[in-house]
Amino acid sequence: MSAPARVESSAPVDQPATGAGTTAATVQYLLRLGDDALVLAQRLGAQLTRAPQLEEDVALANIALDLLGQARPLLARAGELEGRGRDEDALAFLREERDFLNCQLVEQPDVDFAGTIARQLLFSCYQLPLLQALTTSADEVLAGVAGKGVKEVAYHRDHAVQWTLRLGDGTEESSRRMQAALDRLWPFAAELFESDDLVRSLAVRGVAVDPASVRPRWDADVDAVLAEAGLARPSSVRVATGGRRGLHTECFGYLLAEMQHLARSHPGATW
Amino acid sequence: MSAEVRAEGGHGAVPVEGVATGTPTPTRASRRDWPLWEVFVRGRRGLAHTHVGSLHAPDATMALRNARDVYTRRQEGVSLWVVPAAAITASSPDERDPFFAPAADKAYRHPTFYEVPEGVQHL
Repeated sequence: MSAPARVESSAPVDQPATGAGTTAATVQYLLRLGDDALVLAQRLGAQLTRAPQLEEDVALANIALDLLGQARPLLARAGELEGRGRDEDALAFLREERDFLNCQLVEQPDVDFAGTIARQLLFSCYQLPLLQALTTSADEVLAGVAGKGVKEVAYHRDHAVQWTLRLGDGTEESSRRMQAALDRLWPFAAELFESDDLVRSLAVRGVAVDPASVRPRWDADVDAVLAEAGLARPSSVRVATGGRRGLHTECFGYLLAEMQHLARSHPGATW
Repeated sequence: MSAEVRAEGGHGAVPVEGVATGTPTPTRASRRDWPLWEVFVRGRRGLAHTHVGSLHAPDATMALRNARDVYTRRQEGVSLWVVPAAAITASSPDERDPFFAPAADKAYRHPTFYEVPEGVQHL
């Protein structure tokens, strides 16, 4: 669909002298990032014609397409490094639920517009500093996707922030819905910053960024927006996690069924 | 002149009476509650902003963002203006003749009596 991401990084690209273990880990890492973007794109794309305004339909669709544009080279790169002949389509449409490594936040369903915005706020405040750090990744595709994505996600975040301010500081109803959406989604935020051996070992090699390192920035950004919008930071202690290991919430199966059924019903179909 | 008319929705002068305008009512969240904004895009540096259409948005900040999403998706612009449609005073169809007709037969107002030197562009 779109042209391959341009490499804007000056990071060293002579990386493939690494072992098979690192390559396998890089594949997993690329799938985590790619699946986050793919699944959120699918959720947002489903909002087309359902946003409160025509203008907002277009805004959400633009964001969805940005994310899809990030997912594609990441999945393609994962398939290439994996070396089992799976391309981006095979990875997107022919994997089972347990093979998807996206965080659970991005798969959460759209209950109302406030929920869409809350999910977008929590995710883009995480994704922006992450991509900024990844622009110097030793993996040239990753660095390229990050370089292109930084500008896109800066807008995604701005869009979510503007709406959070208006809904939080709007009417009684909009404020109630925005707070309810935050309370509902908050347990899924902690997973964004979970690091494990895989990501730490890749971070040492300069391929990945430890997500825990962007947590302070996320806390500061989200807190500032919530304070200005008159919303309370949820105090939930419940933490939902497991997405990076292929464990997902119930709604995810339905999302995959909708996203994959065409490609599976008509193998090899093209536009 | 009967009903008041303004330039709304990029379609020239249209009646204002009985039509939703820029006064949002906080009670109902329908499309009619959001004011209309006219959008101007500058294609590149050195060109003037050109009217490209209109959109609904709750306020100026969101209007700019909506304009970015609706009208500059394909790299159409380097700068955006949004103007409340209600702030535009438009000529009405009734005034078309006194406004515009007298210019029709005044050929001397057009720079048609000059020879354009070869190689001069954008004339």
